[in-house]
Amino acid sequence: MDKIKFATVWLAGCSGCHMSFLDLDEWLIDLAAAVDVVFSPVGCDLKTYPEGVDVCLVEGAIANQENLELIYDVRRKTKLLISFGDCAVTANVPAMRNMLGSSSAVLKRAYLELGDVTPQLPDEPGIVPELLDRVVPVHEVVPVDIFMPGCPPSADRIRATLEPLLKGEMPVMEGRSMIKFG
Amino acid sequence: MSVKTLTIDGTAIAIEEGATILQAAKEAGVPIPTLCHLEGVSDVGACRLCLVEVKGINKLLPACVTEVAEGMNIQTNTEKLQTYRRMTVELLFAEGNHVCSVCVANNNCELQDVAVQVGMDHSRFTYRFPDRGVDISHKQFGIDHNRCILCTRCVRVCDEVEGAHVWDVAQRGAACYIVSGLNQPWGEVDACTSCGKCVDACPTGAIFRKGDTTAEKVGDRAKLEFLVTAREQQQWTR
Repeated sequence: MDKIKFATVWLAGCSGCHMSFLDLDEWLIDLAAAVDVVFSPVGCDLKTYPEGVDVCLVEGAIANQENLELIYDVRRKTKLLISFGDCAVTANVPAMRNMLGSSSAVLKRAYLELGDVTPQLPDEPGIVPELLDRVVPVHEVVPVDIFMPGCPPSADRIRATLEPLLKGEMPVMEGRSMIKFG
Repeated sequence: MSVKTLTIDGTAIAIEEGATILQAAKEAGVPIPTLCHLEGVSDVGACRLCLVEVKGINKLLPACVTEVAEGMNIQTNTEKLQTYRRMTVELLFAEGNHVCSVCVANNNCELQDVAVQVGMDHSRFTYRFPDRGVDISHKQFGIDHNRCILCTRCVRVCDEVEGAHVWDVAQRGAACYIVSGLNQPWGEVDACTSCGKCVDACPTGAIFRKGDTTAEKVGDRAKLEFLVTAREQQQWTR
């Protein structure tokens, strides 16, 4: 049997979920033996999301054009998509800008009103991705197969989610140890 | 005092007339999830988490404000009720701005606990992201309306236990909010005795002590129950 093709992506989040993933410590060695890491900011140097991925952990909310394009790409090429952490599941802290209104109101607040030195709006089309008007959780954009809340999800919770998948079983996302937010 | 006999999830129970279904369930050792219920103050049936099914009645009834009746056959945890409870909690999360990770009540929040209890791993409803205020005009305490679920526990504890009635509910529908005094900043309300009972009564991080930061609010909800018992039954120690 071919190895499981495993990926992780990092959208609008602080990378804390990926740090927590690295907290899996020596179990990462077992994981590496069981999967092929085909795309990941912490485990692979590829820049293009490959075809035929079996499992993908998605950290972060959908906040800008790049997040949006990547998540559509990920969904199209992935069998099992896991919303990884509170930002992916609820939009969490990145979405606190939604209370300000549209993206222009947010940029104005951050770069003009609070800009100490040479206040100016970032404008580099094709280089700096444009902000979406609203930050949304992953499942508001594409269907999600498993939700793993937590800010960040603990290494134990990540392992308890991934381990059954390696055996071809679905994890049971129930109880405080698996689904507590925050 | 007359006694009513009834069944809760198949267990026969006898309880005095006038008791609520929630009290009867507690006596029978049947757990029913609640949010707006607080021992020591009156019940209002605001959160709808304690809805139960009563045989012969085709609507769901809130256990905290429904009195027991002779021969009632009550189900507290059917699939239908589980579905409604999870939906209720998802709506509470989608309705306000509940960001557990940066909340003062993280790990000590009844809304967070109830989400785990009903098995909510995400909200199927679109988040509203309402624009709500924070009032930190009081010297010791603050109220963050983003985290408020309008359970009205603060309103009831301030009115019924402290007797100050600083809090009430203003507006209607989605515009509802907890108002202090005559719609004044909390710090300017003379009636407030700064007793802090509302801080302990609040199930979330909406009312907090200033200076507490993320996950630092440690509530003492049993204190309110103790105060009521102390006053009514002259038990001054706990």
